[in-house]
Amino acid sequence: MLKVEHLTKMFGGLAAVNDVSVEFEMGKINAIIGPNGAGKSTFFNLISGLHRPTSGNILLNGVDVTHMPCDKVARLGVGRTFQTTNLFEQASVLDNLIVGHRLRTQSGLWDVLINSKRLQREEKAARDKAMEALDFVGLSHIAGQFIADITQEERKRVAFALALATDPKIVLLDEPAAGVNPDETVGFAALMRKMVDNGLTICLIEHKMDMIMSLADKIMVLDHGEKIAEGTPEEVRNNPVVIQAYLGGDEDAAA
Amino acid sequence: MLLKIADLLMKPGTKMVMIAFALVFPFLAANEYQVYVMATAFIWAIAVYGLNIITGYCGQLNLAHGGFFAIGAYTLGLLTADYGWSFWPAFVGALVMTAVLGFFVGIVSLRLKEHYFAIFTLCVGFIIYLLLDKWEELTHGPIGVRDIAEPYGFGLVDFTETTPFYYLVLAFLVLAIWFMGKLSRSLLGRTFIAIRNGDELAQSLGINLMRNKVLAFVLSTTYAGLAGALYAGMVRFIGPEEANINHTFDMITYLLVGGIGTITGPLLGTIGIVWITQSLQFLEEYRMIIFGPMLVILVIFFPRGITGSFLTWMHRKAQSLAPGKKHTKSKVVTAKTREAENNA
Amino acid sequence: MNLFLQQIINGLTLGSIYGLVALGLTLVYGILHIPNFAHGALYMVGAFVSYFFMVDVGVHYWVAMAGSAAVIAVLGIICERLVFHPLRNSPPIHDKIAAIGILLFLEAVVQMFWGADFRRMPSPFTGILNFDGLIIPEQRLLIIVGALTLVAGLQVFLRKTMTGATIIAMAQNREGAFLVGIDANRVAMMTFGISGALAAIAATLYAPINLVYPAMGHIVIMKAFVIIILGGMGSIPGAIVGGMIIGFAEAFGGFYISTAYKDIIAFGLLVVILSIRPQGLFAKGAH
Repeated sequence: MLKVEHLTKMFGGLAAVNDVSVEFEMGKINAIIGPNGAGKSTFFNLISGLHRPTSGNILLNGVDVTHMPCDKVARLGVGRTFQTTNLFEQASVLDNLIVGHRLRTQSGLWDVLINSKRLQREEKAARDKAMEALDFVGLSHIAGQFIADITQEERKRVAFALALATDPKIVLLDEPAAGVNPDETVGFAALMRKMVDNGLTICLIEHKMDMIMSLADKIMVLDHGEKIAEGTPEEVRNNPVVIQAYLGGDEDAAA
Repeated sequence: MLLKIADLLMKPGTKMVMIAFALVFPFLAANEYQVYVMATAFIWAIAVYGLNIITGYCGQLNLAHGGFFAIGAYTLGLLTADYGWSFWPAFVGALVMTAVLGFFVGIVSLRLKEHYFAIFTLCVGFIIYLLLDKWEELTHGPIGVRDIAEPYGFGLVDFTETTPFYYLVLAFLVLAIWFMGKLSRSLLGRTFIAIRNGDELAQSLGINLMRNKVLAFVLSTTYAGLAGALYAGMVRFIGPEEANINHTFDMITYLLVGGIGTITGPLLGTIGIVWITQSLQFLEEYRMIIFGPMLVILVIFFPRGITGSFLTWMHRKAQSLAPGKKHTKSKVVTAKTREAENNA
Repeated sequence: MNLFLQQIINGLTLGSIYGLVALGLTLVYGILHIPNFAHGALYMVGAFVSYFFMVDVGVHYWVAMAGSAAVIAVLGIICERLVFHPLRNSPPIHDKIAAIGILLFLEAVVQMFWGADFRRMPSPFTGILNFDGLIIPEQRLLIIVGALTLVAGLQVFLRKTMTGATIIAMAQNREGAFLVGIDANRVAMMTFGISGALAAIAATLYAPINLVYPAMGHIVIMKAFVIIILGGMGSIPGAIVGGMIIGFAEAFGGFYISTAYKDIIAFGLLVVILSIRPQGLFAKGAH
């Protein structure tokens, strides 16, 4: 589904991502782990089109998206969440999600001026999609609340819903479980399983090892921008190179 | 109790009342000067609605807004005074000019992020002022433009009189607000808001930044140009001072006070402040001593201005009155608050 | 030939003033990421405070300058504590609007006390030095020397003292600085203090050969922004070099091309550069 070949990104003289090649299969949960500063978020930025690679290729279902701008990549089916999601605080949850369907619509200024049938149709579709996404993540009951008034865990779910509202094929989740307690983390893992069961592919960056080990089908390990290991949770857990990279980081690796 | 009053204010009927009040205002006013002040306030409100689009909804602080107001005024002024055009064709000319200039300034400046955009537009605004002041062959320089034509009333109306002009401006204001309402509730309006929330997130949602930002910018400059052209037609004598940065600062104040990113905000803020300054004439010179700190306090404690804070308060009140019972109650709240936000 | 050298002196003079103002601005922008639109107002108030000390209180030029620097440093710190500190987590647009609010307030206050008239600031350095036909007014020489001394002093302070080191640390790596226990508040206050003092000194140096009036900060602040975008945010050499470039461009452009449009030079440069390189001349990665 997503094929990355020799991807490199240089910032000045520093290689944030250095010659990384990996393949992510459809319908699987792929995890990217690594110490802080390993280039994981940069890697996501390269895939989603926020940064231009210095060299290398990115193929999405066979289509070359290496130099494609971010909005086009999104339209091709790449959804994304960020470590911090900026939402419109003084608007309801549902209101925030409606724009998620925007990329599938055509209405422009003219449609607004004449209140065209197309605009009405698309706005209804967007609202329906927003409700659908909200339902999927289990938050229909807070549809009308202001973002400013919901909990951190609910915010993260809303971010999920926003990405889902774009009708993606693959979703890039950047530390989705950061800042939530262990119970909530289990909830997110379940949500991700549900997404995959519905045909999505997931690519996630996380630091919570217990979650990753039980959830991921495949793990890629980055360190200083380079891929140092790849494989199933079993394989990665016992890989000496990985253990070394974390400098015996037992706090995270241990259950 | 307070909620009941607020509820009343949110009904569509209130809009009708406000329009009715505006229609009879010239007859309620004490003298012609008051009608003149209100008409001026309406003109500035139109300009502030423009600012609301690019700064309020799209989140880009445009400090050249006053400059585009001046361009609208000068285009109309020069076309009628120097080239003998009649008012309405020149009016269209002013709109076209500000839209086109807005487009070119937009495609260059909107690639800049955040602070750079503000600084760039600050400089653009100043360049506009400098050119209006120094390029004498075109703009008459510091002397300004006089003998600007008044709107052509087709023999039916005499727009040199204050009251007819007041109604003309009111008509344009209603039009401006109507479009603003349509825009903010639409998918396009939501696209702008998404951009305001964050460039990266907006892009990840498949939004083309440049196309939308430039659109917002052109819409806003056209609003400014429209207001400027009306202004020129009303005062009939303009100078480079119309491009003074202080006008932009004034408009920012009106917008902040009224409620940035809301539909009634620009109107409330402009009318409110214009009238308060009028009533406190002695303050005219030193109003910035109050407005300056007011801006600071607003931005720290009430960033969404009067309308915004009001809306938030209303929403929270509505939410707290419908606790527990998840599905049915919350649907009611959603519909109610959605309507509330749509109407303000 | 002499006219040419004369323009060089003018260029150096202008460059020194612009550089000093840009220096204060770049410190605040580079270290705290705040585009302080009110910096021009601090500059202007600095001039008026010096004027007040010299004309109303009757002290010597140097004393007035030192007093003004102190007053504006405190003013800068007050701005930081009351306005920018509460806004540190707000969307960036709020910083800008708040700065505008401060600017409007300061201008109005000054106008209330001194009116909008133009005033002359007296200076003890009214003499003229004559180097074989090359005329250098004392004040101009003072400006150039003063600016160089200040910049050198600032560099020493930043490089050689502990407090200076904390400022540099914050500028280079916020996260790291916090981890090491650097007090962000102290650094913020110091940065604003230094920035204010620099503005006041620049204004006091320049005022005798210019005029003092409430709007005097407007153009200067815009050029200062142009300079820091050209020279790089937070870069001290960048501010000075950028200042010199603009100073020379204006001196020569104003003399050889057109006096009326010389103010446009700085902005024209900005428009051209940002059109080609939206991230400015010296950006590293993503801004």
